[in-house]
Amino acid sequence: MCTTCGCGTDEVKLEGGSAGHRHVHGDEHVHADGTRHSHEHGHDPAHEHSHEAGEGHGHSHAPGISATRRVQIEQDILSKNNAYAHENRQLLAGQGIFALNLVSGPGSGKTTLLCKTITMLGGLPVAVIEGDQQTSQDAERIRATGAPAVQINTGKGCHLDAHMVGHAMSRLALKDDSLLMIENVGNLVCPAAFDLGEAHKVVILSVTEGEDKPIKYPDMFRAASVMLLNKIDLLPHLDFDVEAALAYARRVNPQIRVIQLSAIRGQGMDEWLQFLRDGLASAVAAKQETVDSLRQRIAQLEAQLASAPAQG
Amino acid sequence: MHEMSLAEGVLQLIEDAARQQAFAKVRTVWLEIGQLSGVEPEAMAFCFDAVTRGSIAQGARLEIIRLPGTGWCMACARTVPMAEVFGECPACGGHQMQVTGGTEMRVKELEVT
Repeated sequence: MCTTCGCGTDEVKLEGGSAGHRHVHGDEHVHADGTRHSHEHGHDPAHEHSHEAGEGHGHSHAPGISATRRVQIEQDILSKNNAYAHENRQLLAGQGIFALNLVSGPGSGKTTLLCKTITMLGGLPVAVIEGDQQTSQDAERIRATGAPAVQINTGKGCHLDAHMVGHAMSRLALKDDSLLMIENVGNLVCPAAFDLGEAHKVVILSVTEGEDKPIKYPDMFRAASVMLLNKIDLLPHLDFDVEAALAYARRVNPQIRVIQLSAIRGQGMDEWLQFLRDGLASAVAAKQETVDSLRQRIAQLEAQLASAPAQG
Repeated sequence: MHEMSLAEGVLQLIEDAARQQAFAKVRTVWLEIGQLSGVEPEAMAFCFDAVTRGSIAQGARLEIIRLPGTGWCMACARTVPMAEVFGECPACGGHQMQVTGGTEMRVKELEVT
């Protein structure tokens, strides 16, 4: 593992080349040769609040004799990941991209849902980041729909982190005013804690699973703002209690928005597609607002410059 | 839940601090772990030992400070203790609860030489 930026060159593989990589965050570096190097990331807050404690007791000691001292850290364990997520979020906001982090257990129908979604959205630009421990089969399924996709293989890793996603984003050459769908590793536990820079986590529960999953895996259902209840076309054949599932989900997360759908048969897909279009429209509007306010500021500054008395 | 990744995160913060503050050995690490963070202290201790092997924090004592879970009950309109993320309000028994504390996962302090 690269001890500086924490990227696991041994385990994590980005499809289409894993020997070296380009950093999109500030300083670029290539480490195909395995040399160690250091670089500072722009948003790394790790050193802002550190200070030494335990000094100033009025004792002195000879140099070379080590004494223990206390160092205040006061840093969130996930602060590195969160700094990368912040960079991803800023990049996405700057391009008016609406990004979703799709999380679920294995077999809930995430990839099928994505393929159908891309097809039903027509010409709307969608890019996909696929996370799996092994194989690039999911990315190939996505590419068959015509959408660009990049596969991240996490090796032994059980979740995507913001650093891997940052690399995948630069590989995808994302379009302005588009959708980015990040399909996380099939796992209802670990991905809950890792912010990738997305607008929302969307948790997918299929009716072929237990209705009590929201209380068995509460962290994920609490981290998500939207829950898709998938495969509802199968309900007539199952004992799945929809009301109980929704009640469990709301017990863990009273604010969660629920959309019931069947990716295969198409029921409920309109509501989901509308959610995506609305989200994209808001992302584009937010970008435009930023651009407009910057243009206004430039105009103000130019006016000031023009009216300022000529110097020297 | 994913204590191995978290332990690696702890080690990164320690190594950053070591570069900044020039220390060579870590004796004690204090972590603050909230009751609702999903982190198992025993699993954390196990993973911490594993990932710090061969690092400046090898053999360091891990002290985990547990912080209590608290939530805001919408029905009672007040803060109440919470044992689980989906816990019920101890006052009214309702589930309209928002977690307000106990999700912390922080490196608080180091004892170094």
